[in-house]
Amino acid sequence: MEKILESYKTTAVEDVTVWYEAAKVSEFPKNGGACIKYKSKQIAIFNFERKNSWYACQNVCPHKMEMVLSRGMIGEQSGVPKVACPMHKKTFSLENGENLNGDLPAIATYPVKIENDTVYIGFSE
Amino acid sequence: MKKVVVIGNGMVGYKFCEKFVASDKFNEYKITVFGEEPRRAYDRVHLSEFYAGKTAEDLSMSTADWYAQNNIDLHVSEMITEINREHKTVANHRGDTYSYDYLVLATGSSAFVPPINGVEKEGVFVYRTIEDLEAIESYAKKIKSEGKTQAAVLGGGLLGLEAANAVKELGLEAHVVEFAPRLMPRQLDQGGSDMLQSKIEELGLSVHLSKQTEYIQGTNAIEGLKYVDGSELKVDMLVISAGIRPRDEVAKECGLDAGLRGGVIVDNTMKTSDDSIFAIGEVALYNNMIYGLVAPGYDMAEVAVAQITGNTELTMAPYIDMSTQLKLIGTEVASFGDALLEGEDTDTIVYENKRKGVYKRINVAKDGSKLLGGILVGDSSDYNALFQIYNTAMALPEDPEDLILGSRGGDGGSLLGDVMDLPDDAQICSCESVSKGDICSAIQDGSCNDLGDVISCTKAGTGCGGCKPMVKDLVDATLKSLGREVKDVICEHFEYNRQELYDIIKLKGYRKYDEVLNHHGCGDGCEVCKPVIASIMASLHADTANEEYVIQDSNDRFLANIQRNGTYSVVPRIPGGEITPEKLIVLGEVGKKYDLYTKITGGQRVDFFGARLDQLPLIWKDLIEHGFESGHAYGKSLRTVKSCVGSTWCRYGMDESVSFAIELEERYKGLRSPHKLKGGVSGCIRECAEARCKDFGVIAVEGGWNLYVCGNGGANPKHAELLAEQIDNETVIKYLDRFLMYYIRTAAPLERTAKWLDKLEGGIDYLKKVVIEDSLALADELEAEMATLVDNFQCEWTQAIEDEEMMKRFNHFVNSDAADDNLVFVPLRDQKMPKHWS
Repeated sequence: MEKILESYKTTAVEDVTVWYEAAKVSEFPKNGGACIKYKSKQIAIFNFERKNSWYACQNVCPHKMEMVLSRGMIGEQSGVPKVACPMHKKTFSLENGENLNGDLPAIATYPVKIENDTVYIGFSE
Repeated sequence: MKKVVVIGNGMVGYKFCEKFVASDKFNEYKITVFGEEPRRAYDRVHLSEFYAGKTAEDLSMSTADWYAQNNIDLHVSEMITEINREHKTVANHRGDTYSYDYLVLATGSSAFVPPINGVEKEGVFVYRTIEDLEAIESYAKKIKSEGKTQAAVLGGGLLGLEAANAVKELGLEAHVVEFAPRLMPRQLDQGGSDMLQSKIEELGLSVHLSKQTEYIQGTNAIEGLKYVDGSELKVDMLVISAGIRPRDEVAKECGLDAGLRGGVIVDNTMKTSDDSIFAIGEVALYNNMIYGLVAPGYDMAEVAVAQITGNTELTMAPYIDMSTQLKLIGTEVASFGDALLEGEDTDTIVYENKRKGVYKRINVAKDGSKLLGGILVGDSSDYNALFQIYNTAMALPEDPEDLILGSRGGDGGSLLGDVMDLPDDAQICSCESVSKGDICSAIQDGSCNDLGDVISCTKAGTGCGGCKPMVKDLVDATLKSLGREVKDVICEHFEYNRQELYDIIKLKGYRKYDEVLNHHGCGDGCEVCKPVIASIMASLHADTANEEYVIQDSNDRFLANIQRNGTYSVVPRIPGGEITPEKLIVLGEVGKKYDLYTKITGGQRVDFFGARLDQLPLIWKDLIEHGFESGHAYGKSLRTVKSCVGSTWCRYGMDESVSFAIELEERYKGLRSPHKLKGGVSGCIRECAEARCKDFGVIAVEGGWNLYVCGNGGANPKHAELLAEQIDNETVIKYLDRFLMYYIRTAAPLERTAKWLDKLEGGIDYLKKVVIEDSLALADELEAEMATLVDNFQCEWTQAIEDEEMMKRFNHFVNSDAADDNLVFVPLRDQKMPKHWS
């Protein structure tokens, strides 16, 4: 179990070595999320269309270790963009991964860029 | 860095660590904790909830990595067997030694086992740790399988009664055996004990008072108790809960001063006879007393932390309050102050109501100046107020009996008057030592904005929880005094409650979440307001959950119920529970084809579990092809209308309950509401459909149907109340249309009909006026709205599988056709289940 969590590490833009071409923008729901596969990883990507911004994080919820965060509802708490896990409504900041309504470990977040209607996720491996 | 070693990882030992972590000197110390139990500190106060389904993890006081995160070394399953005061070291059972600058004894207590012949027999247990509970549970299972059911609990005190309830929950006949002539002898007088006894006997427990056990009968395993008076009680199991004994062995061995009857002697700084060694919790003998409650233990932990970190001014109060309030076997019991006080300077006022099962006693100073103590059995709702009046020595009303009888002058005001009249140092939460001043200033200084903030920053209400209503009153009153309106709003994005939003959306005709947010809200919304607005739109326009799926709650978003491992369950509609053999075979084929775990639900349908997200549309294609449609088991909407077989077959049936149940289910299927809705139709008053525990229930009687509304199973069961009698099918439907629409319009989010009726001013009589007499002149409107919803029903699964765009959301990955490879199933009785969470 810990092994799964360990494979997800927050990646800063300056550390990105690979910009992985995930999918076309149109593949993602507006103001919602979907999941992509990168090697053995599952990454949740969220399209905050209202704010014209995108976020990415691990798909696995650190609470019960299920691959579900991409199916969660997104929103904002005091200006911080967040996702609520569909299992038990644990909420996580999509800026720094912090658990906003409890003391679960933070989730890993990844940088996103949009070019030519395509969504790219930044990885360092 | 100074070394602090803590022996014992129980509630008080943990609290010591928690207080230390919060101290500003924490970085100057290194803490090492030894616990002999195999797990981290857990909540022993709520131990019996272990049988109610809570796991050891649920009861745990901290998360698994809390100690590591705070750089505390926790050694579980390690018993300290030696303290060397000269070298300032401790040694564990393996002989490893650890040095300390300060040593804290938080070894707690063990169950006291009286010296009765035969306590070593098989089937005799104590009630103290999770391991004890596990052993009791497995022994109970074993004897039940042999047809034996009698279990005794030795000790009628607080813990003994908890244990007796637990034994009863395990399906055994519980007998409480107490040496004293009354239950809870430390807290209750005879009158209080009598009332408690009759309440718990009503629930099927037996009480045996003034019984001294001479020996335990049986050869290997226990077979009974023989009392000194010659009588006996045949039992197959015994749980001893006759008090506690401090765990002071290791302290005594190293020569620390101890009391005659055990306990390590401490002064008001929690120091023992050795300046480097502290004792806290149930091992500490303070004022020549062992305090078996968690609140004084927590205070001791705080004092010890302060003393070690140099704040020598904080000491233990000279007098320790032993007031308690709790719910025992469903009965509220409280005692405070000097509860059993009698004497020349005291007047005792007693109120007893056997009909209602309530006993109240207060002890008042002869001159009427103050409240000295009291007892409440059967109704402790006034405990918080009485405790404050006692604890802060407030002036009493002219007629002190008003305190337990209520003012009969008629203003109906609360006992305390205004909570804000309490002095600032009034202790509101005794578990966490939080005063009124702490609570109010947390809001006044701007660090907290609402009840949730106050609870998380002061910890008030996180112990036994008894003070929560008062904390809420204080928070509301403080906010109000600052001119901040306390409004029941949906979330930070909307300054409206659900009913107001409903009216706005209806008036403006909004069809999109963003329209509502842009015009009437702020920010980007959240997981609270999105589903509320989705539900309102559905109730107003018969919108399905496909329309705007990103604002739907977890289950509605994928039209299925998400389960423990992130797979889904599928429930097709089977109206009234009637199904042809052909269709039943189709269900069997579908279950087999997709290898789904299959179970019959409580609502007379079939539930398939373990469907992956990407399998959902395939399964539904098959089901729809064979004439099934969505059962809306995932929605806050009508689930089922359960039926008994009625007069079509039953020799007692008064009417065709199945036909009517099918008609009602077909009418209201898909109806989105503030919470889920369930119905039932019974063909006679034997009530085989259990209609009265549903949101609406219809029962055939001579001359028509009786219509009941607002019942509930679930966590707070409630029987539905009679709305109308002996009415025909058309009238049932007319009243139901009105009732359901009125509920949908006015309820709060996620408020079931039972709770809604509880809060409805005027209750069922008012509801009758609205629904039957049309007192609000709304009936036509309500009926017309329902008619629109009924006419516009669409099966949302049929809609989803016919639309390519809508289908996209069921792919696990957008960039791959692969399925989620994280899923692991294990076999279970010829089917499968998800692997357990580790």
